[in-house]
Amino acid sequence: MANSTLDKARKGMPVTVVKLPSGDIKSQLIRLGISEGDTLKCIVRLPGGTIVVKKNRHEIALGFDLAKKIKVILQ
Amino acid sequence: MKSDNIISYSPIADSEAIISEANKSSSAQKIVLAGNPNVGKSCVFNYMSGMYVDVSNFPGTTISITRGHYKGNDVFDTPGIYGVGSFNDEEKVARDIILSADVIINVVNAVNLDRDLFLTLQLIDMGKKVSVLLNFNDELKKRKIRIDTKKLSELLGVEVFKTAAVDKQGFEKLNEAIEKAKVGNQELDLHFMLQQVTNKSISQAEALLILEGDESIAKKNNTECGTADERERIYIGRRNRVNEIFDAVEYEDSKKGEIFNWFGRLSLNPITGLPILALMLVLMYFFIGDLVSQRIVDYTENTIGRGFFEYNLKSIVAEHSDTKIDVIQFDTEGNKIGNKSFIFTEGLNSNEPLKKEFEHYSKVEGAETHFQFSNFFLKLLFGEFGIITMTTTYLLFLLLPLVLAFYLIMALLEDSGYLPRLATMLDRSFNKIGLNGRAVIPIMLGFGCITMANITTRLLGTEREKSIVTAILQFVIPCSAQLAVIAALLSGAGISALLLYVSVIGTVLIVLSTVLNKMLPGESSPLLIDLPAIRVPRIDNILKKTFFRSWGFMKEAGFWFFIGALAVGLMEITGILKVWQNILEPLTTTWLKLPKEAANAFVMGMVRRDFGAAGLFQMSLTVMQKTVSIITITLFVPCIASFVVMLKERGLKEGMIIWTGTWVAAFFIGGLVAQLVI
Ligand SMILES: Nc1nc2c(ncn2[C@@H]2O[C@H](COP(=O)(O)OP(=O)(O)OP(=O)(O)O)[C@@H](O)[C@H]2O)c(=O)[nH]1
Ligand SMILES: [Mg+2]
Repeated sequence: MANSTLDKARKGMPVTVVKLPSGDIKSQLIRLGISEGDTLKCIVRLPGGTIVVKKNRHEIALGFDLAKKIKVILQ
Repeated sequence: MKSDNIISYSPIADSEAIISEANKSSSAQKIVLAGNPNVGKSCVFNYMSGMYVDVSNFPGTTISITRGHYKGNDVFDTPGIYGVGSFNDEEKVARDIILSADVIINVVNAVNLDRDLFLTLQLIDMGKKVSVLLNFNDELKKRKIRIDTKKLSELLGVEVFKTAAVDKQGFEKLNEAIEKAKVGNQELDLHFMLQQVTNKSISQAEALLILEGDESIAKKNNTECGTADERERIYIGRRNRVNEIFDAVEYEDSKKGEIFNWFGRLSLNPITGLPILALMLVLMYFFIGDLVSQRIVDYTENTIGRGFFEYNLKSIVAEHSDTKIDVIQFDTEGNKIGNKSFIFTEGLNSNEPLKKEFEHYSKVEGAETHFQFSNFFLKLLFGEFGIITMTTTYLLFLLLPLVLAFYLIMALLEDSGYLPRLATMLDRSFNKIGLNGRAVIPIMLGFGCITMANITTRLLGTEREKSIVTAILQFVIPCSAQLAVIAALLSGAGISALLLYVSVIGTVLIVLSTVLNKMLPGESSPLLIDLPAIRVPRIDNILKKTFFRSWGFMKEAGFWFFIGALAVGLMEITGILKVWQNILEPLTTTWLKLPKEAANAFVMGMVRRDFGAAGLFQMSLTVMQKTVSIITITLFVPCIASFVVMLKERGLKEGMIIWTGTWVAAFFIGGLVAQLVI
């Protein structure tokens, strides 16, 4: 368990979202089903830091610049 | 989008026109299909309206509104959205049509119910009459997931129907869904808050959006809009309700049904993804560059187009008119072995013995026949640039087979679900040129048709990204028709020509986008994209899409080719073409090192780039001349249709800058390469 940001996640790792960046992007993430307190699974971390996460059955790709602004707990 | 509104489309203004037009026929109900991206709305729309709009497996296929008719009512297809709001252009378009709807058919992907219900609850909170189509019922069964529709319907307070849109399953309930659409269960607190606002004669739907901070709706009603914090509170509350409902209605017996998306995973990671991409490009090259453009087009263009169609048509025309005919014979190696001129001042039929001799001489295998009519109109219609002969041969026998092949491949790519993964894989590289991976989608669609791709730039997050991609599309991306001719030209020219072409165009791409990224103010948006399941493309959809796109292409290109042929034909007959060639001569022969006649291709290219490229196809050029000419024609001005759409999407100033820039770039870079290699 460690406080970190989403871009540090590794393949297969479950992560719990602690804090989303504020602004419009937060609303967009909530709509997509990523809210604070949710647990996601990191499916791939591409070289450079683009992250693909899975929430239930649904896969979402996030760019590095966004991923590094999402505070998470890595498990 | 419907294939024949390619030219007539403009962004939000046009959706307003569609909405207000529909408002006029007051007796009809407005049924709006709304839902998350890629959930099957367009599938349902095609069924209801009997029309065709594109259906593909990536989020953001539909970017504008299409209106159709269903049993005396109006039905609207809308862009997919994750929530009603105004975060981007598609959302604004969808928001306006949803606000004006009488009935909303909310299409939901049952496999991702937890994601999709957010919009459903928002629509219900708006106080709209809603029915839910629980789509993807087939995948639900395959994955052994159960959803208690009765309970879901109770919790939502609206009717829920199971469907599988691709198989038209459950569509017999569509009438019921429309008739029984009703206002659902709204959250009490929120409803109470809304009533405070609605008292001021604002509809509940607009009140909700105002509360959620939609500035333009607030302005329209002259009130203050909610803060971002307020929106967040409402959103979090709604998300929590979604989770409660989802937990209550969904059961997954075992994870057994979960299909491991191995191809999806492999295509994401560069280690395996780049080889997959390379393999696909190689396969495409063999299919288009070798099979179609070498073998099939050789047959359709030479044997059918020139040998049969033009030869016979021109022979008939020549029967009664003053004609000079040159016949050149070649052996199987392509060496000239003889030539003869036949002169018929009174037409073929007036001199039977000579006609027999001509027919005999010209029917030898490998003979080329050139007709020269002296009559002005015959020249215009059937001559070298004949409106009827040249347009038909280019369009039907040269471009159509190539375009069909391209559209087929594009359709396969679009339907597989590969594009969003390509977007993800390339995201970091795109960041370097001020874009995010999503820009892959309009750029890839550009290889199909620049005009359509110009509209698809709307799915990008910021104006600067739209500007960069629009510039890339106009400068460096050849559309399918043009690429087709390029492939045909290059396939005979060997690997070094191909490498030179790709590296020059690639360099222009990188320089152009890097400069724009530095120059344009602001920041680009980060990647946030849904990855749909990888699916085996459905044959029926592929064929339908290929057919409609090719048909749309034929209609549009046919018209412009006709205009182009008329222009070049008139220029030739009046002698202006010679003057034009002479004016451009320093540019064509000295700077670009091409034959004088290449100037014709530039006239044709202004009308349509593929037409210009086809013009080059006719000339006998050396390998490096071919390479220089296709580099020039690739960078050359976009065709008239995409120019018009670009102006509408990006405004006059930006459009004109890009258009002028393509002129400069085409001749400057083409010439630079010519000076170096020829
Ligand atoms: N298996 C299955 N596939 C479906 C079903 N409905 C739609 N699809 C597929 O889902 C994809 C998306 O369908 P579209 O009709 O383009 O979806 P849309 O909601 O219009 O998408 P956007 O225009 O991007 O918002 C296509 O590949 C369809 O073939 C279904 O019931 N079952
Ligand atoms: Mg659609």
